[in-house]
Amino acid sequence: METVLALLSGFLVAAAVWLMLSGNLLRFLFGLLLLSNAVNIAIFSAGRLTPGTPPFLGDKGALPDAVMANSLPQALLLTAIVIGFGLFAFSLALTIRAYRSFHHLDVDQMRLAEPKEDA
Amino acid sequence: MSWLLALPILFPFCTAALSLLTRNSRWSARISVAGSVISLILACLLVGTVMREGVIATQMSTWAAPFGITLVADYLGAAMVLITAIIGLATAIWALAEIDDDTARMGWHGVYQTLLGGVTGAFLTGDIFNLYVWFEVLLISSFGLLIMGGRKEAIDGAVKYVTLNLISTVLFLCAAGLLYGATGTLNMADLRQAVADHPDQGLMTAIAMMFMIGFGLKAGVFPLFFWLPASYHTPHYAVSAVFAGLLTKVGVYALIRVFTLIFVGDQGFTHQILLWVALATMLTGVLGAAAQSDFRKILSFHIISQIGYMILGLALMTPLAVMGAIFYLIHHIIVKSNLFLIAGVSRRLTGSSDLYAIGGLYRAAPLLSVLFMIPAFSLAGFPPLSGFWAKYVLVQASLELEAALVAGIALLVGLLTIYSMTKIWAEAFWKGHPQGIEPALATISPRIRWLMLSPVIALAVMTVIIGLYPAPFLDYATTAAQQLLEPTDYVQTVLREAVK
Repeated sequence: METVLALLSGFLVAAAVWLMLSGNLLRFLFGLLLLSNAVNIAIFSAGRLTPGTPPFLGDKGALPDAVMANSLPQALLLTAIVIGFGLFAFSLALTIRAYRSFHHLDVDQMRLAEPKEDA
Repeated sequence: MSWLLALPILFPFCTAALSLLTRNSRWSARISVAGSVISLILACLLVGTVMREGVIATQMSTWAAPFGITLVADYLGAAMVLITAIIGLATAIWALAEIDDDTARMGWHGVYQTLLGGVTGAFLTGDIFNLYVWFEVLLISSFGLLIMGGRKEAIDGAVKYVTLNLISTVLFLCAAGLLYGATGTLNMADLRQAVADHPDQGLMTAIAMMFMIGFGLKAGVFPLFFWLPASYHTPHYAVSAVFAGLLTKVGVYALIRVFTLIFVGDQGFTHQILLWVALATMLTGVLGAAAQSDFRKILSFHIISQIGYMILGLALMTPLAVMGAIFYLIHHIIVKSNLFLIAGVSRRLTGSSDLYAIGGLYRAAPLLSVLFMIPAFSLAGFPPLSGFWAKYVLVQASLELEAALVAGIALLVGLLTIYSMTKIWAEAFWKGHPQGIEPALATISPRIRWLMLSPVIALAVMTVIIGLYPAPFLDYATTAAQQLLEPTDYVQTVLREAVK
């Protein structure tokens, strides 16, 4: 199962890089979304996948006999998902704003802050 | 002791909430200034306690380390909190003169305080995932501040700033996740031992490199700095000043923390890379600045070049070098924020920041000229200002290691810095105004004038004091460097708190 998740994460990173290099701001953002999800999957599998073992302590806090699931990575990536969602929402709003200002989303043509010397 | 560590973080957020709840723009600004004053007092108390008792730590919600979130302040962390509060107050006052009612009604002052809270949190946390959360807090507030002017240039700059910083954040998050997967802990004090004990040191070095790239992007080191000169000259001057002073320094702080506390196993590899990165950063920054003709763009490139000096101190890893890096960090924040504030005053007087379109400030505003000279010469490293001691220590540290090339580059970059400062001086202050305008300070109303000048004067006085009486500051930095290089005190304080 870890292998599958690792491959999935790698595939998402590859797709993300491809999207981010396209030079279109919206595609870049979708790439970023894929990238952050790839990282979320990586964190998820970093916590070891232990199906069928709930993260519960026994009576009076006794440790279970066999394996116990680690719930911390899930808490971490839940935090990361929430933060990533907020940042993505902001970036989308910024993209709309940029589109209204420049009437295109080609990042190579966004030279307002750094105009070419000879232009 | 817990309140002393938690309050400097919590207080800016309370101020932000109050400020955002107030619909009245005047009051939201006043609340921001009042909150900054109290933050400064809290930071002074924190530094006092750390100087008296050494490293202090506390566990949030009494979850014992290494499982809960630890807040910890050593000499470096406490000093950074204090300097954040100083710059926070100076810029909050300065912002009263620049931020108009419309921007204030959008919540500028509230977002500004959130930024300060996020920066303080990053300096005080002892947990690597919590550090990620603070990075996000300060990042999202910085996004807001960046675009609130609403000018097209600001949107353009923000696109580059936002996208590249998000990549850095994702890298940092991935590195933290992998580190947790490999070692099973997120507590930075606990990580030191866990990383050293890990059987696969190659894997640890790989993770260390991910941290280096993630933090390096934030710090603006070569070749990851391109977002910085693309965006720092676009927002309000108050925003530029606080970004220039604090934000890249959070990245530098994180690099210093991680590469002195956690990843010290393979210094021949990691710190060698840091050394080359530092030299390239110093040179590209200063050469980039030489090619610019805009007040703020020159200053932005100089941030990059100065970051190189700090990374250099970290890369050399001797007590003297790390002490130099810390001293440099503190001196630089004061000087750089001040220069951006002065650029703002000059813009107000002359109506432009293009150096070829302005001039005549020396004759029309002699006070401002003197105030510019202090931080500008300090940045270049003239004795007896603060920058001289910072550069002196770093050059001495490299000579002790017989790294003549490193010392030579450090001196050369100092020389080139003078070139850029002279350029600003000659164009903005010395030559006459192209349209014959006499931009005197008296043309601004007295209230606005003193709101703008008092923070500038205060920061300039601090530069002079550090320059004339460097001994206590150098002693402080020496202790901070000792704590970083021999972190047994740090580790024991954090983990001993766990036993209680």
